[in-house]
Amino acid sequence: MKIMVAVKRVIDYAVKIRVKPDKTGVETQNVKMSMNPFCEIALEEALRIKEAGMASEVVAVSMGPAQCVDTLRTGLAMGADRAIHVDATGPLYPLSVAKLFKALVELEKPGLLILGKQAIDDDCNQTGQMVAGLLGWPQGTFASKVVLDKEKQLATVDREVDGGLETLCMDLPAVITTDLRLNQPRYATLPNIMKAKSKVIKKYTPQELNVEIKSDLEVLQVTEPPKRKAGVIVSSVDELIDKLKNEAHVI
Amino acid sequence: MQKWRATRRLLLNSYSSKSRFDHPRSNPISDHSTTISRSSSGFESWTSRIHYRHFATAMIQRNPLFSTLNSDDINYFKGILGEKNVIEDEDTLLFANTDWMRKYKGSSKLLLQPRTTQEVSEVLKYCNSRRLAVVPQGGNTGVVGGSVPVFDEVIINVGSMKQVISFDKVSGVLVCEAGCILENLVSFLDNQGFIMPLDLGAKGSCQIGGNVSTNAGGLRLVRYGSLHGTVLGIEAVLANGDVLDMLGTLRKDNTGYDLKHLFIGSEGSLGIVTKVSILTPPKLSSVNLAFLACKDYSSCQKLLFEAKRRLGEILSAFEFLDNESLNLALNHLEGVRNPLPPAMHNFYVLIETTGSDETYDKEKLEAFLLRSMEGGLISDGVIAQDINQASSFWRIREGVPEALMKAGAVYKYDLSLPVETMYNLVAEMRTKLGNSAKVIGFGHLGDGNLHLNISTPQYDDAILAQIEPFVYEWTSKHRGSISAEHGLGLMKANMIFYSKSRETVQLMASIKKLMDPNGILNPYKVLPHSIVSYS
Ligand SMILES: Cc1cc2nc3c(=O)[nH]c(=O)nc-3n(C[C@H](O)[C@H](O)[C@H](O)COP(=O)(O)OP(=O)(O)OC[C@H]3O[C@@H](n4cnc5c(N)ncnc54)[C@H](O)[C@@H]3O)c2cc1C
Repeated sequence: MKIMVAVKRVIDYAVKIRVKPDKTGVETQNVKMSMNPFCEIALEEALRIKEAGMASEVVAVSMGPAQCVDTLRTGLAMGADRAIHVDATGPLYPLSVAKLFKALVELEKPGLLILGKQAIDDDCNQTGQMVAGLLGWPQGTFASKVVLDKEKQLATVDREVDGGLETLCMDLPAVITTDLRLNQPRYATLPNIMKAKSKVIKKYTPQELNVEIKSDLEVLQVTEPPKRKAGVIVSSVDELIDKLKNEAHVI
Repeated sequence: MQKWRATRRLLLNSYSSKSRFDHPRSNPISDHSTTISRSSSGFESWTSRIHYRHFATAMIQRNPLFSTLNSDDINYFKGILGEKNVIEDEDTLLFANTDWMRKYKGSSKLLLQPRTTQEVSEVLKYCNSRRLAVVPQGGNTGVVGGSVPVFDEVIINVGSMKQVISFDKVSGVLVCEAGCILENLVSFLDNQGFIMPLDLGAKGSCQIGGNVSTNAGGLRLVRYGSLHGTVLGIEAVLANGDVLDMLGTLRKDNTGYDLKHLFIGSEGSLGIVTKVSILTPPKLSSVNLAFLACKDYSSCQKLLFEAKRRLGEILSAFEFLDNESLNLALNHLEGVRNPLPPAMHNFYVLIETTGSDETYDKEKLEAFLLRSMEGGLISDGVIAQDINQASSFWRIREGVPEALMKAGAVYKYDLSLPVETMYNLVAEMRTKLGNSAKVIGFGHLGDGNLHLNISTPQYDDAILAQIEPFVYEWTSKHRGSISAEHGLGLMKANMIFYSKSRETVQLMASIKKLMDPNGILNPYKVLPHSIVSYS
């Protein structure tokens, strides 16, 4: 079985986001970009499944500008066997990404597609669900545990839901999206970085995949969240109660 | 103040540290014990009982010429600073009297928090006229007992002076008050696209005034040099209250003796630093970090030699730790994992590069590392792929002092030594101490700075007698320095002769006498007690 993994290039999790002065988006010039943390978890899970002998190949896929290749190199250095880069400039929204994945799935025929539950830049949390819908595959989203049964071609997925865990059992092929607690991704070791240099990254354009990139969404404005106001220190419990009653009107 | 405490608590890794000190009044720094208990609401709850016995200095007598505090003094201070900034609260004082390692403890009854240079000046002028001894205190993260009183010295903390005065985006010169916490300056500069030329594990608590006063080195010295180079100006208040305005912002200024250097590294013994102007480098966008394993010390050395040549212009840190250090970090710090499992290697090296071209820098670093691996200098390694991974590698190196604290008692030595012979000392110390103690070595290999640390369940005079003066003699024999960056403080005041000649120390004493004739500024520290005479 082949596993396909989505790997998105995003502004590094630890970077402080700055909104562009013209409010058209956020500043990405000279900003550290890294692999979306949930995608790292998705890739780690795929690698573990392969190492457990349940899969034969892991293919990492990234969509976006030329620099996505750097992110794919990280994926290859973590252990993916090969990579696909869908070269697309301009904004890509979840539905377009899902359509591109559908096209790639039809070409590559993986038995499992693993994605992060969301990307930390736009926080959409839609792509996995959309691609499952388009493919007509079962989906296990927000996975905190994944168990595969090779014989029966089944995946059992634990998902964290309000108030507990939900366990789903689904036929393969399937779509799984990963939650934070699923695993702890490995580091890229020097020997693996070296090996990654000779691994293949295949390039496609959306046209080659017969997907038209368009969106029904229009971004009007990107603004910073309102600044938190400084707190006040009250001098007594009485003053606190007074303020809660008469200023905040909460008691 | 609350904030200052809070950040320091954070550094102590959220202990709710309730310390009990019981010690004979007459000899406050020797022979006391403490119980440190960690909040039982945490995952684990431990209680360790460390008996500390005083180190390094023989019995010190309180200088009888110093006055003792009376209620008139307190009222006078309240008149200058306002009630709120004259602190007699026991809890706060317990904290301010105790050093970061909980090894030194004074019995001061008063903490003053001036808000302006003028207030510092008035306070010192009064203290000088009354012969009240003072100890300047910053973030109290110093590790040589310099930041806490020995007896009843009045503690002066400029933590309320925390304004950035100006920042010039063209020259990168930052002018700020001495109480600014290093990490806050880092955040301030980050917004401007600049960085501080120094970085150290204590950044969340230490103040720039404290950094300057200890001439702190830290993790980036290999790239940006020492504070003697980056500090362009200082405003300081002398013991008699005179304000020395040397707050220049010029890179070049050869007009007479450059006296600001006297305040860099003099550990509060010549004056209180109130303002600092410092040259900051622009923040470059491409930072890479590798965590590497080496099979022996000689490989670490060769790797340094190669890194300086092949990574030259982008090398920004070269740090090392031995496997005992990594083990300590893994065992005592929450959330730390071994970057190179499962095997343990003998040595670990962190190489950081900072440059302006992500692709070029990364390729350069990778090529260097792969080459070094083929050549056998590196046995394994990982390169951080994002900032989070980089932080977790740094956490290991920066967390070693904290891990040592959690492991029990620690004897710390901060030595400058020729890189070739540096680690021999660790090996010799291990042979000497056998199973009675854990001996670890880590530090700023790029600067030839070894942090030799000896960890035992509790302080023990017998162990100390095996370490000192051996460590100092060994260092002296190899023409090293017994204090690379931490300073002498109380711990090593009497050891200065291992690294400086009698004539040099004599001149230091004359300078001290000239600038602080009554000896009220941080007494018993820095200079040997034999040479500083009071009259
Ligand atoms: C976890 C940890 C990591 C560390 N790493 C490093 C490192 O990598 N490199 C390094 O060099 N050091 C290191 N140190 C020690 C270092 O000396 C201090 O962290 C720091 O420089 C001291 O600043 P502070 O504000 O805490 O000063 P304090 O500890 O409060 O004081 C230190 C000395 O300076 C004097 N002083 C403080 N403020 C003033 C002032 N405004 N005017 C005059 N005198 C003053 C005090 O009297 C005292 O003698 C580390 C410490 C810790 C706890």
